[in-house]
Amino acid sequence: MTTQADLDRERFHLDEEPHHPEGSSTMLGFWIYLMSDCLIFAMLFATYGVLGTSYAGGPGPKELFDLPLVAVNTSMLLLSSITYGFAMLAMTDGKRGATQGWLAITGLFGLAFLGIELYEFSHLIHEGAGPQTSAFLSSFFTLVGTHGLHVTFGIVWLVTLMVQVQVKGLIPANRRRLMCLSLFWHFLDVIWIGVFTFVYLMGMLR
Amino acid sequence: MQTPTTHPAISPFLGRFTLESLPLHEPIVVATFVAVAIGGAALLAALTYFKLWGYLWKEWFTTVDHKRIGIMYMILGIIMLLRGFSDAIMMRLQQAWAFGGSEGYLNAHHYDQVFTAHGVIMIFFVAMPIVTGLMNYVVPLQIGARDVSFPFLNNFSFWMTAGGAVTVMMSLFVGEFAQTGWLAMPPLSGIGFSPGVGVDYYIWSLQIAGVGTLLSGVNLIATIVKLRAPGMTMMKMPIFCWTALCTNILIVAAFPVLTAVLALLSLDRYVDTAFFTNTLGGNPMMYVNLIWIWGHPEVYILILPMFGVFSEVTSTFSGKRLFGYTSMVYATLVITVLAYLVWLHHFFTMGSGASVNSFFGITTMIISIPTGAKIFNWLFTMYRGRVRFELPMMWTIAFMITFTLGGMTGVLLAVPPADFVLHNSLFLVAHFHNVIIGGVLFGAFAAINYWWPKAFGFKLDVWWGKLSFWLWVSGFYFAFMPLYVLGLMGVTRRLRTFDDPSYQIWFIIAGFGAFLIALGIAAMLIQFFVSIRNRKALRDVTGDPWHGRTLEWATSSPPPDYNFAFTPVVHDGDAWADMKTRGYKRPLNGYKDIHMPSNTGAGVILGALSVAFGVGMIWYVWWLAALSFVGIIGVAIVHTFNYKRDYYIPAAEVTRQEEAHTASLAGVTA
Amino acid sequence: MSADTHPDAHGHVGDGHGHDDEEAHGSRKGYAIGFLLSVVLTAIPFWLVMARPLATQATALLIMAFAAVQMVVHMIFFLHMNRRAEGGWSIMALLFTVVIVLIALSGSLWVMYHMNANMMPMQDMSRME
Repeated sequence: MTTQADLDRERFHLDEEPHHPEGSSTMLGFWIYLMSDCLIFAMLFATYGVLGTSYAGGPGPKELFDLPLVAVNTSMLLLSSITYGFAMLAMTDGKRGATQGWLAITGLFGLAFLGIELYEFSHLIHEGAGPQTSAFLSSFFTLVGTHGLHVTFGIVWLVTLMVQVQVKGLIPANRRRLMCLSLFWHFLDVIWIGVFTFVYLMGMLR
Repeated sequence: MQTPTTHPAISPFLGRFTLESLPLHEPIVVATFVAVAIGGAALLAALTYFKLWGYLWKEWFTTVDHKRIGIMYMILGIIMLLRGFSDAIMMRLQQAWAFGGSEGYLNAHHYDQVFTAHGVIMIFFVAMPIVTGLMNYVVPLQIGARDVSFPFLNNFSFWMTAGGAVTVMMSLFVGEFAQTGWLAMPPLSGIGFSPGVGVDYYIWSLQIAGVGTLLSGVNLIATIVKLRAPGMTMMKMPIFCWTALCTNILIVAAFPVLTAVLALLSLDRYVDTAFFTNTLGGNPMMYVNLIWIWGHPEVYILILPMFGVFSEVTSTFSGKRLFGYTSMVYATLVITVLAYLVWLHHFFTMGSGASVNSFFGITTMIISIPTGAKIFNWLFTMYRGRVRFELPMMWTIAFMITFTLGGMTGVLLAVPPADFVLHNSLFLVAHFHNVIIGGVLFGAFAAINYWWPKAFGFKLDVWWGKLSFWLWVSGFYFAFMPLYVLGLMGVTRRLRTFDDPSYQIWFIIAGFGAFLIALGIAAMLIQFFVSIRNRKALRDVTGDPWHGRTLEWATSSPPPDYNFAFTPVVHDGDAWADMKTRGYKRPLNGYKDIHMPSNTGAGVILGALSVAFGVGMIWYVWWLAALSFVGIIGVAIVHTFNYKRDYYIPAAEVTRQEEAHTASLAGVTA
Repeated sequence: MSADTHPDAHGHVGDGHGHDDEEAHGSRKGYAIGFLLSVVLTAIPFWLVMARPLATQATALLIMAFAAVQMVVHMIFFLHMNRRAEGGWSIMALLFTVVIVLIALSGSLWVMYHMNANMMPMQDMSRME
């Protein structure tokens, strides 16, 4: 008497639950979040693009930017990218110690980047070229500073993850989180390419 | 550099809050406060007396169930609708009154806050929660999923939205709200012209709610992409899910813009940067440009899901498959992209010149084409269908007529020379109310009447529903058709008093319309109340009261926590209609354990800390802002240390619930 | 409008575990190539601007081109973008975002440039270059 129901079960239901393992959407979800973050930066770039020539009688890029310093800063970020890559490779091999080591090095490069950026900012402010000076400097500080804030947040996250890897090991949840942070970290690199090209290099051409 | 010298000294403990910040000199506000305080106290007392706090906390506030979160969004939206509507009726009264030297009953300071709050609340805290709530409730059921992709994030998003609403409401009684209009355009919203807390309330309530909106957008995209039932390819997905997908894409790609532009405005206000100032090279029009890059997609964020609702309703109540499903999908996708190419039509008069204006005028006219195609699809769905004029269908028909009218005035405004005459007039106000009320609100009411039986297991009362329908629809026409006339007579928006007596009759008619709408809202609340009281008589045990066509009708009403005892396999676009025509019988045994996410209080705590952070920033109470910011980061980090976030509903429990459903189904057929 | 043909093709059932760890992490070689490329692609624009061997206009176009290429390099070697990840949804999200970013950026510049040109008092025109 249950034949119809049995047939229907075959046709309309799965025998086994389709397994959506916990976190199967995480990478996609995080990627979509990054895309939204990308749009925040796009707006800051647009603002810089529109207001970046409004010096209001104040100093312009040529008087302010120190390209060798920017080059050093860029290399810090590039190096941190490759070391994060090594951390991911170590993670794939299941080597916890190596993963932690590379993460720590990545964090140090990130801190170096932030240190140089803060030095640059304080130097500019000291010279009387703070964010209140002109629309150009407002948009410069906001764009570069937002990137810096993201790096800061990335470092906080990195330290948290190192603690979690230490406590729990390279369990799937932690691997997933490391992969998300990897996306975040490399994404900040891509943004920085835009920053050093459009803000610093193009600025020096004006 | 402007320095906010107009402030009294800022206390290190209370910031710029003093007793004078309480609007004790505004009798209307004081009376409202007393009423709210008494009502609130009564509610709290009742909750305590009936010992409901534990239940609310465990079953609702901390829930990660998409259905309950969806219902909470809807409740939030309806409560805020009452607030937004009281602002509306205050404006109607003022404008009908303030003629011939009369100042009306609202002073400028109060009136300007009222029209600003009305716009902000209606868009951000009525329309957005209702749209998000509907998608939250319906999408996982329609795609045969157990929940959304990130259940905790869903709870957190709701509490951020609610936190934003709390912040707005706080401005009513503590301090003031912005007096700038709903988009807070600088330089008016800059610190020089708006030194008070109003604009800061505006900024922080939107920033807090914006986090919730963005994250729920990410969540629902991931859900639709990842959790569809087996066999449900994209082109077999219910049309509401398609519109929800496009809406959430728009949310994720538009709300960051709002976040960025409000952040820049805050920098101007808090640290004296020069983005949107008239000095030091700033450019206020850049704010207008940026905020409309968010603002235009926003109107499609509101209307697209409602297009989905109307599609489902038309198809269900015509007893037919939706006409032109594929064209509907493409129309939705085209709108999603074109939504980003029309923003300048909101400021044709800025002075970008003929070439820029022509481009945006033409794109605006183009975007009306896919919308028009949709109207024809609905008409052809009804054509030769056996149309049942139940409440959801009535709202749909009212929508089709009203929205077409609003669309036509919109295309008129898309012509730049015409816009130069009509911009900023009541014609514009009539136009956007025409599409937002006729589209979004009528859609919300269709959806509430349509899915209520699914959510609660009983239908809504028809008599009160019809009364509400006729009051709302006729009230809408009485309220807004006069505004078209006034706009053509040259009346600009946001005026508080008038000299020309020939305007008055039109404002009185509009006020009468608002009164009818007030009755319509009352009738709707009574409809809910009467239906809840008569729920036994209105009970639907089948789970499929309208002969629906999509998967949400395949399960019981209200659905169990796990939605479906067995995950459905989909073979056809209208999956449930297909199952019914093939004589589908529910499997009655062999239930298994079901894996579910567990509840958590972290969302409530983070939402509350965010409100505290907002308050600290608004009132310059820096210690509170710093403390709650650290708290937010700390709670978020602690939350990530909780790795155990799920549990299993044992098969025995599934069996018990499914057998109860089987028994009640048998009761019907017997 | 490939939005709907794509997922159609790949079906859905096994989606949850389709992407295993290995694919998403790249290899030592991939990272090395990416790093070398990005060093080169960073160094050349810096050199172009610091040494100025070319005319300003040419330099500007060239460094923008280098930036675009470097972004793609990072996407491929560090972010492991490809057409398969997440059933094509990642790359689709990226392309959509790129389109929106281009619209918003170029649109803002275009719109604001025209407004400045039409509305600014004459002495301010010098700032427009």
